[in-house]
Amino acid sequence: MTGRNEGFGAGNGAAPAANGRRDVTSGASPLNTIGRPMRKVDGLAKATGRARYTDDIALPGMLHGKILRSPHPHARIVSIDTSRAEALEGVHGVVTGRDMPTPYGIIPWTPDEHPLCVDKVRYIGDGVAAVAAVDEDTAIAALDLIDVAYEELPEYFDPHEAIAAPSGPYIHEPRKPGWSGNVTKVVKLEFGDVDAGFDEADVIAEHDYFFEGTTHTPIEPHCAIGLAEGDGKVTVWSATQVPHYLHRELARVLEVDPAKVRVIQPPVGGAFGGKSEPFDLEFCVAKLSMLTGRPVKILYTREEVFYAHRGRHPFHMRYRTGATSDGMLTSVDARIVLDGGAYASFGLVTTYYSGQLLTAPYQMPAYRFHSTRAYTNKPACGPKRGHGSVQPRFAFEVQLDRIAELLEIDPIELRRRNFIGANTRTVNELRVTSNGFLECLAEVERASDWKRKHRRLPFGRGVGVAGSTYISGTNYPIYPNEMPQSGIQLQVDRSGRVAIFSGASEIGQGVDSMVAYVVAEELGVPLDHIRVLAGDTDFTPVDLGAYSSRVTFMLGNACLQAARKLKAMVQGAVAEEWEAKPREVLLAGGMALRAGDTGTGMPLREAFNLAEAKFGTLGATGSYNTPKDVHGSYRGGTIGASPAYSFTAHVAEVEVDTETGFVTVDKIWIAHDCGRALNPVLVAGQMEGSAYMGFAEALMEEHIFKSADEGRAGLHNAPSLLDYRIPTSLDTPALESLIVESIDPEGPYGAKEAGEGPLHPSIPAIANAIYDAVGVRMDSLPFSPPRVWRALQAADGGKVSGRIGEAVGAGHAV
Amino acid sequence: MLRLPSFRYHRPATLDEALERLAGLGPEAVPIAGGTDLMPNMKHGLFTPAHLVSLNRVDAMKGTRVAGGDGVKGNGRPAELAGTFLEIGALETLADLAAHPAVRFHAPAVAQAAGLVAGPQLRNMGTIGGNVCLDTRCTYYNQTKFWRHALGYCLKKDGDVCHVTRVGRKCVAAHSADTPAALIAHDAVLTLAGPSGARDLAAADFFVPDGIRNTRRGDDEILTRVRIPIVPGRRSAYRKLRQRSSIDFPLLSLAVAADFAEDASVATIRGVVSALGARPRLLSGWDAIAAGTRLEPDVVEALADRARRQCRPLDNIIVDAEWRRAMVPVYARRALRELAGDPSTAGAGA
Repeated sequence: MTGRNEGFGAGNGAAPAANGRRDVTSGASPLNTIGRPMRKVDGLAKATGRARYTDDIALPGMLHGKILRSPHPHARIVSIDTSRAEALEGVHGVVTGRDMPTPYGIIPWTPDEHPLCVDKVRYIGDGVAAVAAVDEDTAIAALDLIDVAYEELPEYFDPHEAIAAPSGPYIHEPRKPGWSGNVTKVVKLEFGDVDAGFDEADVIAEHDYFFEGTTHTPIEPHCAIGLAEGDGKVTVWSATQVPHYLHRELARVLEVDPAKVRVIQPPVGGAFGGKSEPFDLEFCVAKLSMLTGRPVKILYTREEVFYAHRGRHPFHMRYRTGATSDGMLTSVDARIVLDGGAYASFGLVTTYYSGQLLTAPYQMPAYRFHSTRAYTNKPACGPKRGHGSVQPRFAFEVQLDRIAELLEIDPIELRRRNFIGANTRTVNELRVTSNGFLECLAEVERASDWKRKHRRLPFGRGVGVAGSTYISGTNYPIYPNEMPQSGIQLQVDRSGRVAIFSGASEIGQGVDSMVAYVVAEELGVPLDHIRVLAGDTDFTPVDLGAYSSRVTFMLGNACLQAARKLKAMVQGAVAEEWEAKPREVLLAGGMALRAGDTGTGMPLREAFNLAEAKFGTLGATGSYNTPKDVHGSYRGGTIGASPAYSFTAHVAEVEVDTETGFVTVDKIWIAHDCGRALNPVLVAGQMEGSAYMGFAEALMEEHIFKSADEGRAGLHNAPSLLDYRIPTSLDTPALESLIVESIDPEGPYGAKEAGEGPLHPSIPAIANAIYDAVGVRMDSLPFSPPRVWRALQAADGGKVSGRIGEAVGAGHAV
Repeated sequence: MLRLPSFRYHRPATLDEALERLAGLGPEAVPIAGGTDLMPNMKHGLFTPAHLVSLNRVDAMKGTRVAGGDGVKGNGRPAELAGTFLEIGALETLADLAAHPAVRFHAPAVAQAAGLVAGPQLRNMGTIGGNVCLDTRCTYYNQTKFWRHALGYCLKKDGDVCHVTRVGRKCVAAHSADTPAALIAHDAVLTLAGPSGARDLAAADFFVPDGIRNTRRGDDEILTRVRIPIVPGRRSAYRKLRQRSSIDFPLLSLAVAADFAEDASVATIRGVVSALGARPRLLSGWDAIAAGTRLEPDVVEALADRARRQCRPLDNIIVDAEWRRAMVPVYARRALRELAGDPSTAGAGA
């Protein structure tokens, strides 16, 4: 296999699409910074190794911590004796679950975790005790001296078996009497008349799909440092993507006044949803520091990152999809079992998302889903890039391919016919505003030369298409409150330098750069006169965190508001000086200029000084809150509601080696409607990164566990980057990003998300391309060589050679 | 990050000094060259030697040269390729070996195998000696101490059960190095130096069917040199089955070498398969099928089928054993086609 990353700009259609749209912005001046390719503000430091990640920080007198983990998948803790460990020279402190008995959970309705297990352990790797010592080796030695007596309990690894368990002991205490303690959440929702929809259908496809679990594999392992000071103040540095939620939970669990807790987020080396809730190490470093009076650091091993997990849930899915003979959808029915692992994490939301986010970009007259999330004795699942909707999207886009096949309609044409449109409501009452999905389809169709390839390539080679939608943040925050979701503060120095105090989490996606571009655009300040100071709860306003693709939309709007306030002050002061109208004062290129008068101008620094003289110390705040009146009028109808939705289409071209089962993805064309590309290079980077991650899940990744027949049930199959395989650069297909700009009416400059949406279609596009290549449906992930080889063997006794023909029973006419 | 256990590091300047250290320090000392296999194993607590004896200063164990025949030019070859054998110092890095013109010319399977080990960084550190002596690997063995504790340990280290076979008292960890299959196919000879002098051992005789310790190297011995005979008319090829195009250990490793007579018929042919059990397997019965033929398609098919019948992979590696077995004839066929000169098979690997 060869890797060819053509990257942004290599013959893609982004530039014409972008330029074509730029003038549309009503009445606004041309944009100087927004929409242009620019460096990231933190790019050089990261590329040259100067960025200081959490583990690069060493405080004077710092101790090193380690966490003792359970070797049992489900067991009662009978006793813990830490005395031998405490007696070891060099050990300064030991804590157990009883030192932090307050339960927590990222979702306030399901607080089912403790920093360290109190009464029982629920997976191999669950934290039981933590040690702080002079160095890591001493801490590790101390772990061996902690004596824990366990009493093993019945174990559950299959979600169906967990749900079916008639009585306890369950994995958790039932939340209500009569409920199962092995079930996190059940969601049943129905919109329209589903049964009537099937009656109207000319064809119905009904199939089972399985999406194997995968994990995030951030290259930086989780790391945290705790520092408790004499005045009761507790500071935690952490590689987190949610400083605000961590701040809240630290205060609650450690019983410290939140005004005395400070969370600092240093640069993060990858997160992808895997650092979006509190983890044991963050509580442990704080508690151990409170106990010892010295700073304490814990850095996970790679193995511990696999146990912390919170990755993509395995989904067992059955989809029934009806359509008329001209390909119009009539009804969709889904039954989904989610394998949640040992704790709830974001699982309540995941259970809703498994159904709620499927209702665009296609019109569904009737839709029903029934999703159940089970607890199992494995590391907890949670949100991974494309939270909760990547799995159903895989199944549904393969369903559409089957229907297109049954009806002999081109799969792109089928998707076009079912397009839901812009400025509309989905069947589950989500408000859709801007929608560039048709352009996405047109772009991938054109760029991939689809019409000459689909069903026309030689045997073994094929193309597949898929579409998707995703949220740009959620209208409702994780904990109910009326306050803004994002806030920002700007401050101006007499030198002309502007400082941005941002509470948002830079996790590589470019948020620190995004706010700098907005300020540069509005105030005309050169990028190198802007400082972004972010990720410290002591001096930045609250932003809820880097999750659910919310930051560009929400923080971008907050920043725009703040910058425009400041701009109005500067324009006012300069206008007074020039005896002009404020709107005649233009701020651009480091200058204040007078419209229509090329001879009048002054450096921005002077303009800022005039404004400071007129208004006093210069600064501005901005905030953004979501519309709260646009959601479904039913229980759960707020979940999935977003201020805007992004849309994506992919075409994948693959080659299948029928002797070995190896699938080579030669190229993926990615068209994504991001509203407006604030920086097209970063947008293309997100699109490529997303497509890569989806491709990795399609072909390789399997977050799986040993069975009882394989030595030890519930033991992680391979907690290392050697055996948990993610593709190398050599394996990665050529990726072509095609940016589509629909200019959203509510997004900053029309922008929507680009970080998660573009992942979704990768997997079904590859599955559909494999079918086009060899006529075999891959309904279970991953499409690894042994599985593809087995599917080929099963399809035709190993003698597959003809093209396409649905296997018997794969679909039926009504 | 996993911690490396503490040890004393010795850097002898000569082979004799290195052998002395090993003999003097006893089983608590382990020789180390590139360290790409030993270091991760130490971090996993699989080895905790008190002493590491580095070989990196022993210049006598470095370099590759064509030797024998006193530089007599044959068949119009340039002088630097002429000779009767290749002599490869055990400290030669895999990267250097893969790029060496004489190795690529006379023993292409060895160069291909060396070039497919792990990834570029590891090939810059890893040596041919280390690759030949690579510890066997198993899904139940190459894990952290915590993981193995939760498992209850295994036969190869700290336990008394083999989780692969579940019954046997024999360790079936997989021989997972790339180069030995190619070296065996080329009739390579290994030189082991010990306290009482040096001895030569055919590469084919170096390995034993015991996953716990699968080589005949004594604790006090150092593999110093690999010699590959240069045989006119010999062609070879190596194929490696793995899911990624870099980094991964082989799921199946297969080398073929054949000596062709002047009339382009096969005089003798060897196939070696590894990454199945504890040692590489020299396939039997190939000469009976192929000698005198020109590797016509039906001959290739018969050889491939013969290979499949001799190979039964186990679940010692986390990838589908039945599929790995089915790949034996596929990879044999592809390697043999390359020998037969089919241009569509150029390039090793999947």
